[in-house]
Amino acid sequence: MSVEASIAPVPGVSRRQGTAGRRIVRLAQNLGAVGISVFLTVLGLMAITFFIGRVIPIDPVAAAVGDRAPKDVYEATRLAMGLDRPLYEQFYRYCVAVFRGDFGMSLSTGNRVVDDIVRVFPATFEMASIGIVVGVLLGVPMGVWAAARQGSWIDQVIRVLGLMGYAVPAFWLGLVGLAVFYARLRWVGGPGRLDIAYDGMVDPVTGILLIDALLAGEPAIARNALWHLALPCAVLGFFSLAYIARMTRSLMLDQLGQEFIVTARVKGVPEWKVIWKHAFRPIRIPLITVIGLSYAGLLEGSVMIETIFSWPGLGNYITTALLNADMNAVLAGTLVIGAVFIVINKASDVLYRILDPRAR
Amino acid sequence: MSGTIAWLLDETPTSRMQARLGRLYRLTLAILANPLAVVGAVIVLTLVLTAAFAPLIATHDPIAQSLSERLKPPSAAHWMGTDELGRDIWSRVVYGSRITLTIVLLVAAIAAPLGMVIGAVAAYAGGWIDRALMGLTDIFLSMPKLILALAFVAALGPGIENAIIAIAITSWPGYARIARAEALVVRRSEFVAAVELQGASAWRVIVSNILPLCVSSMIIRVTLDMAGIILTAAGLGFIGLGAQPPVPEWGAMISRGRSFILDQWWVATMPGFAIVIVSLGFCLLGDGLRDALDPRRKEG
Repeated sequence: MSVEASIAPVPGVSRRQGTAGRRIVRLAQNLGAVGISVFLTVLGLMAITFFIGRVIPIDPVAAAVGDRAPKDVYEATRLAMGLDRPLYEQFYRYCVAVFRGDFGMSLSTGNRVVDDIVRVFPATFEMASIGIVVGVLLGVPMGVWAAARQGSWIDQVIRVLGLMGYAVPAFWLGLVGLAVFYARLRWVGGPGRLDIAYDGMVDPVTGILLIDALLAGEPAIARNALWHLALPCAVLGFFSLAYIARMTRSLMLDQLGQEFIVTARVKGVPEWKVIWKHAFRPIRIPLITVIGLSYAGLLEGSVMIETIFSWPGLGNYITTALLNADMNAVLAGTLVIGAVFIVINKASDVLYRILDPRAR
Repeated sequence: MSGTIAWLLDETPTSRMQARLGRLYRLTLAILANPLAVVGAVIVLTLVLTAAFAPLIATHDPIAQSLSERLKPPSAAHWMGTDELGRDIWSRVVYGSRITLTIVLLVAAIAAPLGMVIGAVAAYAGGWIDRALMGLTDIFLSMPKLILALAFVAALGPGIENAIIAIAITSWPGYARIARAEALVVRRSEFVAAVELQGASAWRVIVSNILPLCVSSMIIRVTLDMAGIILTAAGLGFIGLGAQPPVPEWGAMISRGRSFILDQWWVATMPGFAIVIVSLGFCLLGDGLRDALDPRRKEG
């Protein structure tokens, strides 16, 4: 909804063009407002994770140390967690700890949760980023194509694909993909980031395997990593493609119904020019918001996909922690994904304001 | 017959019932004119009938185990094959429709009224109440739903009731937004002013004058959201936080079939088809309803 609301055409407001200096001031004010809104939203998110971790469980101590902990450990943890203090003070201490990057210890790995998250995040980032590239490179042209041929069979096919993005469970598509393209056809690599033979042969520098392998001068490992990335990225790419194509189509249809398009056609401008120069140009800016939303959605979608593909990323970390009742890890993972989600959303909003001359 | 149709389409209905039936008739006509919406309606109707008559449609007992029949491929005896405990997958999918229908109906019944009341109260009260409620709504809206639902279920404990509560908690903000937008328009209209002049309380105005006018856009939105609710519920079931065994929930069934996906593909694949078809049905029906009820917004 928010995308559609924010891309509604602004009625012809004739505003005096400010000087460059005034524009920068206004931009800074905008950025300040966005910063405050990001901060408040993240604070709200922290209130929710605090609530989930400390208020809902009947015994948060048992939730943190397990129900077989000895009595003295239990009591020490209770005091360490500050559970003898009033709720607002607990929340304040929680916020301070989180801003310091202290999410507590993970029960299942025995490490500090923040170290775990730093270690696993690049795997998720690599997968989601390639996924969004696939989605944009295929989804935008498909949406434009469908709008240009509105009502044709190609339009129908692309519309149904778009709807499938809302109807197909990601985890199921991943499983079917494994059964068909890995087990039967052998076109792609199986679960995991690399074949077992290559495991641990590259030092994690950036944590992004493709880059690390190339840095280490191991093109064979990079090729193997790509082989394993293919299927999960294709699945993520499908969901982003479905959403992007659907939104592009609807934005393009709005433009193609405008009078300046009729004028261009009457003047005899070639059709490809009408589509790409006249109709597509104005929708590039709203598309940024669409792509941002889709990227944020992929980070969330990766939770399911990583479970299927045994991908050692943030999503897999969260689901493993869930099954071990490791609430510190679950809530930290939730907080990180939520915060990244919020920042991407707001960033695409800011980009939109900077780029759209009407919103400046 | 023609008399009935004329009565239904009468521009000046003489009773409330005539007006309502007339509107329903026009809506049905609009849906029937849209082939994709008809497909959606048929799918949703099939889901409801399957859930209602599951014992008649299923060929086997959905939880009866038969270890000699385990992991059999689809055949005349077992239309969708059998799972690792020899249970008939077709019968489990049929009974699973009851679970899915229960989940979507309960989530809709909790989240939609909650969102509507919050949105309507915010719009009607205005001022700081509006800002506080909408601030809360925005915070919930800007968060990833699936992860939030996961965290809630993790704290509440696995189970189908908790999954329903968690999904409802994450889905009310969308409805609050819509209800507020609609209520902002309605609250300035003259009939609301008239009711207020007659001394109606704020609560009464909201419940009996504002909320009924939000219902139609709410129905569209709920239908469109059904697919998302089904997918989230299936995802929770898949991770093991939703319905617990031996309940034949579709997501949990896919999860069981995961270990056999390479050789016994049908165990995980079949329940997935059910999810895809039902979700697609709700999407198509929702799109059709939107086109029929809200002619301003036509898109694909």
